[in-house]
Amino acid sequence: MTLDNDAIAPPASESTLVPAGNLATEAGALLGAGFRLALVAGHDDARALRAVYVFVAGAPDRRVELQVRLDRSRPAVPSLARLSFPASRFERELHDLFGIEPVGHPFLRPLVLHQHWPAGWNPMRLDAGAPPPMLTDAEPFPFVPVEGPGVYEIPVGPVHAGLIEPGHFRFSVVGETILKMKARLWFVHRGLEKLFEGRDATDGVVLAERISGDSAIGHNLAYCLAVEEARRIELPEEGARLRALLLELERITNHVADVGALCNDVGYGIAQARALALREALLRLAAEVTGHRLLRGAIRPGVASLRRLPTEAELVNIASRFEDLVEIAITNTVVMDRFKGTAVLSQDDATAIGTLGVVARASGLAIDARAAHPFVSLGDSPDIATEGAGDVMARFSVRAREVRTSLRLAAALAGSAHRLEVVAPEVHCRGGSGLGIVEGWRGTIVHRVEVDASARLTRCKVVDPSFLNWPALSVALADTIIPDFPLANKSFNLSYAGNDL
Amino acid sequence: MSPAASAAILAGAALKMRMPASLLQVAAIVVGGPLLVGLMAKCRARAEGRIGAPISQPLRDLRKLVRKERIHAEHSSAVLAVAPFVLVASATVAVAISPLVTTAPVLDGGADAFVVVYLLLMGSVALALGGLDPGTAFGGMGSSRAMTVGALAEPALLVAILALSIQAKTSNLPGIVKATLAHPGWLASPERLLALAALVVVVIAETGRIPVDNPSTHLELTMIHEAMVLEYAGPELALVTLGEAMRLGLLFGLVANLFFPWGIASSASLPQLSLAVVVLAAKAATIAVVIALIEVSTAKLRLFRIPELLAGGFVLAVLAVMTGLVTR
Repeated sequence: MTLDNDAIAPPASESTLVPAGNLATEAGALLGAGFRLALVAGHDDARALRAVYVFVAGAPDRRVELQVRLDRSRPAVPSLARLSFPASRFERELHDLFGIEPVGHPFLRPLVLHQHWPAGWNPMRLDAGAPPPMLTDAEPFPFVPVEGPGVYEIPVGPVHAGLIEPGHFRFSVVGETILKMKARLWFVHRGLEKLFEGRDATDGVVLAERISGDSAIGHNLAYCLAVEEARRIELPEEGARLRALLLELERITNHVADVGALCNDVGYGIAQARALALREALLRLAAEVTGHRLLRGAIRPGVASLRRLPTEAELVNIASRFEDLVEIAITNTVVMDRFKGTAVLSQDDATAIGTLGVVARASGLAIDARAAHPFVSLGDSPDIATEGAGDVMARFSVRAREVRTSLRLAAALAGSAHRLEVVAPEVHCRGGSGLGIVEGWRGTIVHRVEVDASARLTRCKVVDPSFLNWPALSVALADTIIPDFPLANKSFNLSYAGNDL
Repeated sequence: MSPAASAAILAGAALKMRMPASLLQVAAIVVGGPLLVGLMAKCRARAEGRIGAPISQPLRDLRKLVRKERIHAEHSSAVLAVAPFVLVASATVAVAISPLVTTAPVLDGGADAFVVVYLLLMGSVALALGGLDPGTAFGGMGSSRAMTVGALAEPALLVAILALSIQAKTSNLPGIVKATLAHPGWLASPERLLALAALVVVVIAETGRIPVDNPSTHLELTMIHEAMVLEYAGPELALVTLGEAMRLGLLFGLVANLFFPWGIASSASLPQLSLAVVVLAAKAATIAVVIALIEVSTAKLRLFRIPELLAGGFVLAVLAVMTGLVTR
């Protein structure tokens, strides 16, 4: 693989203030032109509220922002839910956190706030104040009941056996077949976006690394790219390549763990044991490369800093151990029987839901921010691993293929590095907004920040791919049998923390 | 003295003579069952490159559970509390009358294959009712699955033993063991080998091992047996665990003695009995290691494929019977 020396500066987002009445037309035109709605952020500018819609398309990398000013006394935007499914989710979030009403939304139920929060309390407003006392007599979260002979419900969670994040799943089942699965999340909502506000932009790194513990690099890098764009910091391309190296290391580590965990969920412990050993080797390598097993602390706005580079021998060793692991898994006929045809997500559904990352690629969508929104050139045509079947096997194969690609990329990036620390030249402190788009190991992570003139964050909006992928899990489960749910869930492996924020 | 009274005295004397051997069998299985479970976990761990818990871990777990307080699910009835006792009691009777350490256990006239199989079934049904009793989704799901597997495994088990009964001309288990001791040549007969294959499938299903069930999983939705007993805690969980381990020990011991009975005690003398315990332990441990290795090398079947596996076991058992009938 060849690496040319072009550092890629992201194209400046063109930002336009649109009247609320024109929003649907403008958004429709962008969606029609192949853009996707990547992020919707609410803002409380004290005198007025504001909604920011970010549309992106690639390649070539294009980013368009539509901003709508809203009357504080009666904030309302026309709903885009009928144009885009992700919009409907963003709007429900906007409604819960900012009290901005999406007019014409077909399904305006609470999303982030659970039922025991009093209606009308919007925590992201400047004047929200301390959390009000919770309602003790709140209605339980309503689930649409499925009726018919032999239908019964299985409630699972939010506390699960094993080391899993909290989420409540309600299955409507006939015999062993799932008719409907409804997920209730936001049990780990920590108010992260609120915690960013008022922080120094450099200190925001500490939060960004902890948005989803397994995506420290993905989220932190998206955050740093956003801050750098906002403050016009330009990191030399050598630094960008060090960051790309860390991003691939994170991808390899997590995909290896997933390959093992998928085998473990079908009771194939020997593959899991190998995967865990390999993951441990990768974590130790990460500790030597960055000083932290989860790759924390190596990236800050304007800085990329490593302790040492992974050697070629180390990467070759990891590659051969990974091939052994995959061999053990795919040569077992029972494992393959469990993987194939289980929890199919069709390409049409994947497109309509707006899925990202591994899930989208396993359903045949060639979506990869490394190609669509590159922050560093990785050669002429980054290899996007796509599979057509959309089943557990496809998601397994996409991961296996991506580990190979990432190992090649990591070797090339490490081989061409000359410095361990790259620091951007000092800039005059100035405010502005910035967008960071990174292909984390789960999928495309988007951060949008606004920084004031004293380099303090006034807003940081985070979109983890899990936020867009969670609804796809329910769709893929139709006609899957109950005992296959853990396997299907693991094949998506979505982040609860990244979704709940 | 009337003939009836003298017969009763004779029977009483026989019972007194046979009691120690049967008690020894029960003791061996109560201790040995959990140890077999521990041995299988250890084998898996070593095969996967881990050190694993000590073999005695299941016994330690039992001690820990017994010391905990009794706690019952809300809305549960006496069924939940009684089921573990039925499980252990039925397993104890089945162990006492089966030819494990001695060919002359108590009540050996009643040690019919059907009696032993239905004693095991009694425990399964009790557990399934216990799973249904608290009215939770998992318990019902586990009971339903366990009964599905049980209903498919039971006929295969009966037919496989029937193949042996035809050969030995008795369905009395000690009788089959004695006949096998007298005819070593039967071991290589096709009906024996087919019945052995069928029994291995049944034993894996009945003891809830991979590829039918995964005893070490934490994923509630995939569980069969573990889902059924999810509501048990403390001493009652200890009973359930012990009962399951005894059934595992009994099934391993029966497979060992029905197919390779040498080493079993034919008298109640102490040296013979102690040797028999050691030989039984060695045979059961061998089976445990073989099944653990099968577990390591395969994954859990999709739930709807389990009937196919058990149907395969049933077909092997039927073939064993037919081969036996044809080659006579």
